[in-house]
Amino acid sequence: MSILIDKDTKVICQGFTGGQATQHCVQCIEYGTQLVGGVTPGKGGQTHLDLPVFNSVKEAVDQTGATASIIFVPARFCKASILEAAESGISLIICITEGIPTIDMLEVKVRCDNLGVRLIGPNCPGIITPGECKMGIMPGDIHLPGKVGVISRSGTLTYEAVKQTTDLGFGQTSCVGIGGDPVPGSSFIDILDLFQNDPKTEAIVMVGEIGGTAEEAAAEFIKSNVTKPVVSYIAGVTAPAGKRMGHAGAIIAGGKGTAEDKFKALEAAGVYTVKSPADIGKGIAEITGW
Amino acid sequence: MNLHEYQAKQLFRDYGIAVSEGIAVSSADDAEKAALALGVSKWVVKAQVHAGGRGKAGGVEVVDQIEQVRDFANKWIGTNLVTFQTDEKGQPVNQVLVETCTDIDNELYLGAVIDRASQRLVVMASTEGGVNIEEVAEETPEKIFKVEVDPIEGTNDRDADKLSELLDLNESQSSQFRSIYKGMVKLFLEKDLALLEVNPLVITSSGDLLCLDAKINIDSNALYRQEALNEMRDASQEDERESKAAEWDLSYVALDGNIGCMVNGAGLAMGTMDIIKLHGGEPANFLDVGGTADAKRVAEAFKIILSDKNVNTVLINIFGGIVRCDVIADGIVEALTVMGVSVPVVVRLEGNNAEVGLKTLDECDLNIIPASNLQEAAELAVKASNGEIS
Repeated sequence: MSILIDKDTKVICQGFTGGQATQHCVQCIEYGTQLVGGVTPGKGGQTHLDLPVFNSVKEAVDQTGATASIIFVPARFCKASILEAAESGISLIICITEGIPTIDMLEVKVRCDNLGVRLIGPNCPGIITPGECKMGIMPGDIHLPGKVGVISRSGTLTYEAVKQTTDLGFGQTSCVGIGGDPVPGSSFIDILDLFQNDPKTEAIVMVGEIGGTAEEAAAEFIKSNVTKPVVSYIAGVTAPAGKRMGHAGAIIAGGKGTAEDKFKALEAAGVYTVKSPADIGKGIAEITGW
Repeated sequence: MNLHEYQAKQLFRDYGIAVSEGIAVSSADDAEKAALALGVSKWVVKAQVHAGGRGKAGGVEVVDQIEQVRDFANKWIGTNLVTFQTDEKGQPVNQVLVETCTDIDNELYLGAVIDRASQRLVVMASTEGGVNIEEVAEETPEKIFKVEVDPIEGTNDRDADKLSELLDLNESQSSQFRSIYKGMVKLFLEKDLALLEVNPLVITSSGDLLCLDAKINIDSNALYRQEALNEMRDASQEDERESKAAEWDLSYVALDGNIGCMVNGAGLAMGTMDIIKLHGGEPANFLDVGGTADAKRVAEAFKIILSDKNVNTVLINIFGGIVRCDVIADGIVEALTVMGVSVPVVVRLEGNNAEVGLKTLDECDLNIIPASNLQEAAELAVKASNGEIS
């Protein structure tokens, strides 16, 4: 088992014919992902990477039966692209693009939630279910099919956690990068819930970072809903407090959001925390006895 | 991106939000002219910098003589203002805002920000306006009233009235508050703001609402569609190295240590700083080379890192997902060769095309110390910074 994607997931790519999309779609296909086509408005009818190109997500869904979409379109078009996918029958949208205006995401998030569509990202590395399906920009070969579920707000730190659990032979059920933007499509809690209910996932790695209160909220959730062992690392203990202007940010955060606060909240919820990003794998070994 | 108060107030006027009359000037002569043009006998003069805490630092004064307006402008324009929100150098003052003075009955607080927890635009208001609002939020959070703006429905009078009632405003003030509230939310959404703050929002002695201060921060991801705001950028308020880095799409923050860091991804960059510190070293900077680094940008990143004279070691930590490690390796070799870098450079490459990259580094005869994982990279960099290896 795995969460969100597996070998049977039919995937399309929006922004299919662009440079980044092409580079990463080639790697996804090589990894074994069932990429069944792509969307680039105005290029419908063409073939790219031996796959059909469609003008719209609706056409792509109708003709390929795709249920998942990975988005590489430029930030200024992402709101429209995500909403198009959500309204065309796609149930899982992964948006890799970074730099989407936050105001766009406020509306996108509500509309996706109302339609019951799962959005991952934006500004994220995507999802991988090792050995089955890769919908993202992560290097496939550091992964190993196994028993750890990985969730992270950061891209490259996710790879770090993955590599360590691979090197120790534990492997991963699925790895989800939820992205670091202020308004992400899915939260730690959404993904923790999926891992808790996935029978193959025996332990969970959660990688957070300073800013916001998503880790504190996750800690609360873990306390009452997650029975599997969780190891967590929070990046940014040494990060300096940025130059500030005004108070609204501090007021809304209510003095929360530092790495220390997050570590404390997680530890109070029974999470095994590590202070070094190089100790994530070791932490899993420690807490599970593997 | 931040705006100056005078720029923010211009936007307020555009959206029908009541602000004091004022004129921004950049010389003492113009300050005098502005004071006369306002046709009053009492003024507030305010140094324009991208930082709060100006009042306590002497950057805001109430004066009733034209001479004093001149003196204030002479004193501040061309100097730096240091407040508790700036670094020790302070921020340069290039303009002074000359405003009509308002007689105040009561000071309120009004702010709007994207709340990550509720994933909504949240408008906050408090009867406890003034300089100690953060203390109020921490000690008596029940005195901060909040309403969430529905991203699809937008604003409505109901939300404005709810805040009016909590602020204990009378009927005429409530009606003024509606227009401030709605103008503020419209401004926030249309101009892609990240933060909008009015502290204080005052009740004047004649019982009217007026915004005495205005702070605006704009979502930099949205600047492509906010041309007019983009033109309001004041580069003099930004850190020179950080601006230089931004030109190359590099995200850089200077710190106090001696180990220069070049990392891809903000999370891993922070993680790298954390692990350096855990091993007894001190990072000299945060630098994220981003997802699409090429040789040119790696070279620029080197220039920025090495412009900090405290740097005696560089640690490069790249875990290639989007970034190709072979491209980074070419960039490192090129930069080191061209710039004649003399400090030891510890390099850890992992992921996308890492083997090709490592081969490139192996074959060059530069002062590069390879590391096979993050832990080792940190250990080697700390040793190199202490002169234990070179």
